[in-house]
Amino acid sequence: MASLRDIKARISSTKKMSHITKAMEMTSAAKWNRGVMNAKSFVPYMEKIQEVTASIATGASGVIHPMLTHRPVKKTGYIVITSDRGLAGAFNSNVIRRVHQTIQSRHQSKDEFAIIAIGRVGRDFFVKQGYNVVLDIVGLHDQPNFQDIKDITSSTVGMFSDATFDELYIYYSHYVSAISQEVTDKKLLPLTDLSTTSHKLTSYEFEPNAEEILEVLLPQYAESLIYGALLDSKASEHAARMTAMRNATDNANELIRNYSLSYNRARQAAITQEITEIVGGAAALE
Amino acid sequence: MKTMKVSVVTPDGPVYESDVEMVSTKAKTGELGILPGHVSTVAPLEIGAVRLKKDGKTVYVAVSGGFLEVRPDQVTILAQAAEKSEDIDVERALRAKERAELRMKEQKLEHFDFKRNELALRRAINRLTVAERKF
Repeated sequence: MASLRDIKARISSTKKMSHITKAMEMTSAAKWNRGVMNAKSFVPYMEKIQEVTASIATGASGVIHPMLTHRPVKKTGYIVITSDRGLAGAFNSNVIRRVHQTIQSRHQSKDEFAIIAIGRVGRDFFVKQGYNVVLDIVGLHDQPNFQDIKDITSSTVGMFSDATFDELYIYYSHYVSAISQEVTDKKLLPLTDLSTTSHKLTSYEFEPNAEEILEVLLPQYAESLIYGALLDSKASEHAARMTAMRNATDNANELIRNYSLSYNRARQAAITQEITEIVGGAAALE
Repeated sequence: MKTMKVSVVTPDGPVYESDVEMVSTKAKTGELGILPGHVSTVAPLEIGAVRLKKDGKTVYVAVSGGFLEVRPDQVTILAQAAEKSEDIDVERALRAKERAELRMKEQKLEHFDFKRNELALRRAINRLTVAERKF
């Protein structure tokens, strides 16, 4: 049995740990709040751009744009959004596992695909695997704004335009609620499922013409999709970290309870033993 | 006077929302003025200023590209970045301008960088002109 001092040391170190995890839970909660707000403030922009894109791309007949047409797939691009830091439970590993499995099942050779990594954890993993990571961005702010990732989005979309990739997928963790995030994959380019769900499609006059508008609109649309996924992923990251840290705090408290119990038991045993010794000693004198 | 709803939306959230009497801006094809009741239109925008007239006053918004969607009772400007003139960070724009000018001197030949740099410079200049309202 561990000595009294050992147990006491363990209790105090576990207590300190629980303070830290508690503090991390609280900072994550604050960041999570703001992350969700950011994701919300992006919604009007996304809805609008989706609506306009859908009505132009489906409304204007006979419009051909490279971003709307399928071509034979020689090389696939995967955008993977993870976080820079760990301690977020299964947040990163879920995304990475999904991408890894997909790649394993789809591709025979490493030349058939390339990775665009947003976030350090994902980048490190894929570099270690020896995959071709063409672009990466790490050290993003917790509340990223569009300018922060403008470079990576525009070069990614550019790589599709200049036929480095023939299709582009994005993998990220979608924020469902504070306790649930699910890994989502989306086909980003070519833009095929321009949802015609929006109830009414307006017919527009084009100034100067539909092609030139698509020229501006589609890259902007694709870039916004990436940005939207990033915001979504940030919200889930903080939610995941918050949950993970809450569990850690709960576990620490449970440990402290158990240790206190054995500490008290050991203390009681020591006292009992002392009494027995004294009684035994007194009895020996008689 | 008749008004229409105008919203300037960026990925980082709405920048401006109000009812105005007239919107005038610079599209790729040239200067464009919109009054209420305009036919539904979509047009890409230049890096430039959007002027919104309301109650005899004019609000200036600097936009960095994007496009304009017009409906009879509503105008939406979707830009990747936009600021109202009073929200512009002049210091930052000045720094961006200097940086871009410096780079322009140093590496004139590289085609892609040059183009991007030029855009950055134009955005910076646009912000400065809108902030100082020199038109």
